[in-house]
Amino acid sequence: MAADGTLVAGAPAAAGSGRANTMQRFARRRSTIAFLMALPLIALIGGLVVYPAGYAMWLSTLNRRMTANIGLGNFEILLDSDTFWMVIMQSCIFAVGAVIAKALIGFWLAHMLHHIPAKGQRKWRGMLLIPWVIPPALSTLGWWWMFDPSYSSINWLLNIFAVPAVPWLGEPWWARFSVILVNVWYGSPFFMIMYLAALKSVPDQLYEAAAIDGATGWQGLRYVTLPMMQNIISITVLFSLIVTFANYDIVRVLTNGGPRDLTQVFASYAFQVGILSGNLPRGAAVSLFMFPVLAVFAYFILRGINRRNKEQM
Amino acid sequence: MSASTASTIVSYTGKKLGSLRSERRWALWTAYASLIVATIIFLAPPFYMLVTSLKSSSEISNLSGNPWIVRAPTLENYMELIANPLFRGFFVNSVIITLCVVAISMVISVLAAFSLARMKFWGSQALATGVFLTYLVPDTLLFIPLYQIVGSLGLLNSIWGLILIYPTLTVPFCTWIMIGYFASIPKELDEAALIDGAGWMQMLTKIFIPVALPGIIAATIFAFTVSWAAFVYPTAFVTTPEHMPLTIGVVSQLIRGDTFAWGQIMAGALMAALPPVVVYAFLMDYYIAGLTAGATKG
Amino acid sequence: MAQVHLRKVVKEYEGGVQAVKGIDLDIADHEFVVLVGPSGCGKSTTLRMIAGLEEISGGEIDIGGTVVNDVPPRDRDIAMVFQNYALYPHMTVYDNMAFGLTLRKFDKGEIKRRVENAAKILDIGMLLDRKPKALSGGQRQRVAMGRAIVRDPKVFLFDEPLSNLDAKLRVQMRTEIKKVHQTVRTTTVYVTHDQVEAMTLADRVVVMNHGKIEQVGPPQELYHHPKTRFVAGFIGSPSMNFIPARLEEVGSGLVVRMTDRAVLPVPAARTARYAPHVGRELLFGIRPEHLTEPHPNEHRPSIAHFEAAPEVVEPMGMETLLHFWVEGHEICARFDPAVEVAPGKLAAMAVDMDQMHLIDPKTDLVL
Repeated sequence: MAADGTLVAGAPAAAGSGRANTMQRFARRRSTIAFLMALPLIALIGGLVVYPAGYAMWLSTLNRRMTANIGLGNFEILLDSDTFWMVIMQSCIFAVGAVIAKALIGFWLAHMLHHIPAKGQRKWRGMLLIPWVIPPALSTLGWWWMFDPSYSSINWLLNIFAVPAVPWLGEPWWARFSVILVNVWYGSPFFMIMYLAALKSVPDQLYEAAAIDGATGWQGLRYVTLPMMQNIISITVLFSLIVTFANYDIVRVLTNGGPRDLTQVFASYAFQVGILSGNLPRGAAVSLFMFPVLAVFAYFILRGINRRNKEQM
Repeated sequence: MSASTASTIVSYTGKKLGSLRSERRWALWTAYASLIVATIIFLAPPFYMLVTSLKSSSEISNLSGNPWIVRAPTLENYMELIANPLFRGFFVNSVIITLCVVAISMVISVLAAFSLARMKFWGSQALATGVFLTYLVPDTLLFIPLYQIVGSLGLLNSIWGLILIYPTLTVPFCTWIMIGYFASIPKELDEAALIDGAGWMQMLTKIFIPVALPGIIAATIFAFTVSWAAFVYPTAFVTTPEHMPLTIGVVSQLIRGDTFAWGQIMAGALMAALPPVVVYAFLMDYYIAGLTAGATKG
Repeated sequence: MAQVHLRKVVKEYEGGVQAVKGIDLDIADHEFVVLVGPSGCGKSTTLRMIAGLEEISGGEIDIGGTVVNDVPPRDRDIAMVFQNYALYPHMTVYDNMAFGLTLRKFDKGEIKRRVENAAKILDIGMLLDRKPKALSGGQRQRVAMGRAIVRDPKVFLFDEPLSNLDAKLRVQMRTEIKKVHQTVRTTTVYVTHDQVEAMTLADRVVVMNHGKIEQVGPPQELYHHPKTRFVAGFIGSPSMNFIPARLEEVGSGLVVRMTDRAVLPVPAARTARYAPHVGRELLFGIRPEHLTEPHPNEHRPSIAHFEAAPEVVEPMGMETLLHFWVEGHEICARFDPAVEVAPGKLAAMAVDMDQMHLIDPKTDLVL
């Protein structure tokens, strides 16, 4: 038994090279199978996301009949129009306002839910998530009916408390508020559930340690909860900014952009211009205005997710 | 909020026991009060929809009295809708579209996730990032070029156009969460399977899919709810009523300016919303697991 | 059953890091060989190369007369038990054990016979319908072994199979593994970082360090005749004391001098062996169990006596460990618990110089 384990550093080259080929072939075969398995996904992303994105850019440089290339003409026309500036403003008001409200309400509810006895949490959570479960186009119909100028059931309730009727969808600022309100109603449960998951992942010992170190409730929140949840909070907020910024359903059903295009956001305006008025190139240009904003958000989300993955490793 | 957090934090800062107890009771009261208020507000719209759907047109148009209660409940609105072939058509379209989209999405994403999570190939890391970025692309960004593409394929006003396009909404996220679930399966498990004599396909079907079943269910629920609720694409691609799925069908076809159809609209909306709500009611834990797995749209 | 031969086996990762630096090892049929070493020594990598889970960068592995470098794991006819057991969580114990046979298209009756036989050997017959979740750590361990046994492979591979168990269960399962090996007699390669496990289980122990084999041999040989400083320190617990010392000639004999006060005589039998090293600075090695309280009836000439004041006294029940410092080096002695010792007080000690080792600090080889 020649088993003294005397070392021979470096593989014997002659024996190694012939074999390396078969080994390489084996590895190559494996990655070929892997590639084939991912192929439908690649085809989908390539054909229905990447290609349309490129196509949109080309489309946005054409004239209305798509017969001539007018360069950045569509973008110039848009930036010259007051309506489009209103759309930009309204999109920003809508996205920022709705996301802030959703984040705060979601955080508050998650906290409340976290602090009631664990037995009851499931039941409450189940009920509070319902707005999120109903397809928003359909629940917005219900809101539309609740906002109806003459039959508004909300105004009926307000009248009980002697508050005058509110022209929910008739007056620009109220219409803006209504759109945000419905979006907040629909989106808050999502924030709540994300934050609740994050809250549950903070170990109790940290709070106990903080309490023994003399932290009050506020300080526990400030120095334990928020830092531990910072990452998930920012990811959720950025996510929601993207989706809210690009929202279509609620505006379409509730106001259809009115009154006088004052509640149009990018998506609904693009739809109006591109599909309904038949100016596809300019509609594409409207959509593309969202792109830089979304790209910035996406970059920060990706950074947050990578950081989180690294922490978990 | 300070009071509420104090309920789990035992404060030793020289307070008397009694005050600590009352502080905690207060926190609990605040919590319950907030939850009750939130639940009432959150459930008011669906409740009001239900109330309206049970009213006759004359009761709806009657302005005297509390609109939040129903005096003479009737199923008339539901009956009329069920008897309406157009509405039944919406339903059938939605079912066909959703079944196809769920099947396509799951096949594509499970295969891709397995390959990305376990096998690795040149560029697989970049592809995984690409999948995630695709998920962040909202449907309203690309619906105009897609309108052109679907049109050039002759699939406008057809459910097949929607079946072709919907997977762009579902596959990225399903792949993303399946990568997560597959990656959490210990590496030793596939090594054991490899030694036991399994090939790649057997490893996927006999080990990965059964072990990651909760993830598969969560992803399936996601694909189902997304394709059931999709609104932008059908609104853009389908204008003929007989090819519409429920969402756009209810929104565009039941609303008629002249007649007073609120009861029917609400009944239609509720019936259209029923399948996702039922799925949610029975599979809430999977639903939430899927939701929190990758941070979904909000 | 088969022999396993490793010839100049190398594992090199991308970036040129060598985890295994060319090892040779011959494992006989029916033999139980344990690879032991600190974490990162290459023992697990070696095992995984035998299993086919890692590609072999250089050299050859031969199982039962076939070079298996290019053979995928499923065709190598080996079975492996993993540290975390790697039981399929969605299958019952029976299905877990049957899985490998099912994939190999064995007929139902044969599978049943084999699973039941393995269950009998491992005493898990009543668990066959359970899922792994419903099993205790020890039971999972048995199932993992059962999965290996039913396959009746050429070689069993164990990758730290006991490290996830608590101390008491570990001892029990150790015995169990030995018993199973005595029953089925399959050639076994077993990886552990625990030298006690290695000593108790192995026919031969392979001590590895930094991707190389330090020494191969039966447990007793490694204990009494370590070839390198690493093996001397790694085998035995608490580990061997090392004290720098100079080998000097006094009259016709030799002594090791640690300090001016601590001078110990080298037994006459070793004089010839150590003579060439007189005058050199060496490491004097002695195990704690050979550094004890003096026995009044013990009069061998090799026993040397001295006194030292322990700074820390650790009563273990069956023995008492004493720690004291010589020239900044911690030394551990093992006393009978009946002897009264107190920290800081001088205690009489006896060294069995027959058990001494001298190590060349330049080569780290035991002289």
